Amino acid sequence: MIEITDLVKTFHQGSINEVLALSAIDLQVRKGDFITVIGSNGAGKSTLLNCLAGSYPIDSGHIVIDDQDVSRWPEYKRATLISRVFQDPLLGTCGPLSIEQNLALANRRGKPHGLKPGVRQNDRELFKKQLTQLNLGLEERLKDSVGLLSGGQRQALTLLMATLVQPKILLLDEHTAALDPKTALQVLKLTRQLITDQHLTALMVTHNMREALQLGNRLIMLHGGRIILDVSGEEKKAMTVESLLEQFYKVRGEEFVSDRMLLV
Amino acid sequence: MTYFAFMGALEQGFAYGFLVLGVYLTFRVLDFPDLTVDGSLPLGAAVSAVAITAGFDPFLSLLFALLAGFLAGMVTGILSTKLGILHLLASILTMIALYSINLRIMGRPNITLLGQSTILEPLTNAGIGMFNAAPLLFGLFSTLALLLLLWLLHTAFGLAMQATGANQQMITSQGVNTDRVIILTVGLSNGLAAVSGALLCQSQGAADVNMGVGTIIAGLASVIVGETLFGCRTIGRALLAALLGSILYRLTIALALSLKLGQFSFTPSDLNLLTALLVVGALTLPKLRRKVSS
Repeated sequence: MIEITDLVKTFHQGSINEVLALSAIDLQVRKGDFITVIGSNGAGKSTLLNCLAGSYPIDSGHIVIDDQDVSRWPEYKRATLISRVFQDPLLGTCGPLSIEQNLALANRRGKPHGLKPGVRQNDRELFKKQLTQLNLGLEERLKDSVGLLSGGQRQALTLLMATLVQPKILLLDEHTAALDPKTALQVLKLTRQLITDQHLTALMVTHNMREALQLGNRLIMLHGGRIILDVSGEEKKAMTVESLLEQFYKVRGEEFVSDRMLLV
Repeated sequence: MTYFAFMGALEQGFAYGFLVLGVYLTFRVLDFPDLTVDGSLPLGAAVSAVAITAGFDPFLSLLFALLAGFLAGMVTGILSTKLGILHLLASILTMIALYSINLRIMGRPNITLLGQSTILEPLTNAGIGMFNAAPLLFGLFSTLALLLLLWLLHTAFGLAMQATGANQQMITSQGVNTDRVIILTVGLSNGLAAVSGALLCQSQGAADVNMGVGTIIAGLASVIVGETLFGCRTIGRALLAALLGSILYRLTIALALSLKLGQFSFTPSDLNLLTALLVVGALTLPKLRRKVSS
């Protein structure tokens, strides 16, 4: 269970460029929730994820994961509970290291990195088994450097790495946005498969409304640093892109302007 | 080049080999340009010389040098990570501070080891000439250091070290405290540089507060020359290339110094110019090669 209370984040505080990116976010994520997050550009979606992961320090508020207040934890320490996949396929993996070395690092997430051998023989068996479910033939290329892989392959590998040690919550920040449509679909399928198989708790930011409705059991919409819509279960299942847009009008009470939102 | 000049170059190449392996760690693995070595190399020499004159075992003095260098490197790492000072500037700050510290340690600008025992004594006592003993022993030591680094870089910590240099965001999201990795790695690199200083002071018979000037350029030149000529496909290959680069660099210098063109010959004061030319050559050679082949 992840409880976010009264989370506030301001950029360039005290300067003329001051932006209130998140204003008093309250969100309770139940165990097993798969939440899709939508909102126009600048709504605060990525900021929310970065604040959760610890990349940005927060101004005020609390983030509690399973009764542990992690609000002041540095990013590397939060990584013991949180794993993430970035929009940029290059960010989640280490290019010069081999596939098995990347997986070995992920397999030690949250554990000390001591002077034991980085990759051991029985690790390789595990990695091979795990890689097989990607259907990319990577299980035969354990020793290949990750820099040789395509963006889609790297993103699939990042997903696997993020779930190799089960996180309390998986953060996906538009992780298919930089991929071609066919690869994006494959990575999305894999995402759904991994989350369902391991009963993971996940937060997925997306710009694609159809995707946001198809995936997950809960949907939240951000606007101007606030959660303006939070639907789950049957209510979410019954929603269509049109009704979602309608909701947006209603809550905002203004003309729908952002053309990015219409790109479904 | 005479046999003595050749063996002398080998001796220097192996002695500086530690430094070059250290420079490889910071510049290439960690992507952290570290100039601290200009101060930690004479630090190692100073610590070793003072320890030997105080009656400590010469081998033990190498360990002291390693520890002193490690601490110096950690200071640079802490300045850079915890205090947020730009890495290059942090290393320069430690370097100039070390100048004063080295003078404090020695109590004067230089210490000679005349009549003192050194790590070469067991070999010379066994009847091996000084000119053969030093390259032999230093060669053995630097090969050992290479193998240790090869092992280290393949441990879990070593993988985290490599990832810290290549992709900090990735390794942070895997739960690694990159500050700690940087502090330890820069420490290790300077520990190696200090061992170089200790070996040099014992083979030359003196420690001098100014012996570190230009160390980083020599180290970098060796790494680049090695990479250009021997390649760096794998970690093992890159480490070997760095060590061979160190030897090649010293051989080139020795060769240049023994060169006579009519009335003209190089003097040791031309060394900086030669080094600069060598680095420029090593950096442009791969580009030229590509142009010729295409």
